[in-house]
Amino acid sequence: MNVVNEMTIKFKALSINESFARSTVAAFCVQLNPTIDEINDIKTAVSEAVTNCVVHAYPKKDGDITINVKITPTSAIISVEDNGVGIANFEKARQPFFTTKPEEERSGMGFTVMETFMDKVTLLKNENNKGVIVQMEKKFNGIAS
Amino acid sequence: MQIRNRIYNNTLYIVLSGELDEHSAQAVRITLDELFDLNGFNQVIIDLSELDFMDSTGIGVLIGRYKKLKSKNTPIFICNPSSHAEKIFKMTGLYEIMPKIS
Repeated sequence: MNVVNEMTIKFKALSINESFARSTVAAFCVQLNPTIDEINDIKTAVSEAVTNCVVHAYPKKDGDITINVKITPTSAIISVEDNGVGIANFEKARQPFFTTKPEEERSGMGFTVMETFMDKVTLLKNENNKGVIVQMEKKFNGIAS
Repeated sequence: MQIRNRIYNNTLYIVLSGELDEHSAQAVRITLDELFDLNGFNQVIIDLSELDFMDSTGIGVLIGRYKKLKSKNTPIFICNPSSHAEKIFKMTGLYEIMPKIS
């Protein structure tokens, strides 16, 4: 993988940070000359991944979220990582309308949105076998300048 | 997130302005449910022309409001979604319960 640029941010898993996270990642991806639609796709997918961490990863609301973005000449690879309780069943979590919290009016469409708006979405356990990494790739026609 | 409303011709018009995500969702739920308790309307139109951002948390909020109004037999409609909001609505089938009007 030819990584031409990279950045990492770490912040508390609080809903107030969602807007900061999606806007920061989208701003970093501007170097790939994206269209407005592509920027909105990235913002929404990042928001979904961060929301999952905020809502599900830390029952005690005491954790961090780390986002890493790698820029290649034709793509952005965005990893959203937490060190929380993990996901019991990756396959189930990715099904449309699946939610573990229906009583909270959750749509269960988070992963479906990520998969629709990004070119590739991979779910991984992190190195300590604790928490989740959502890795998302978005391809671009423009070459990073 | 700011919410404006008015009742005209038996219709409750609601304008959502700003960003609808996990952070703003609870306040939006509470405010809309308070508006639904007002008298003098038999349908609701939600105007999204000033909505700058929405993710699937917003879909959960809207479906929740649909369920509240369904118990009162009050239909709810969406108008002026951005192309991005429209993409999410079509993906999730929201228009089937909350049709788009112009």
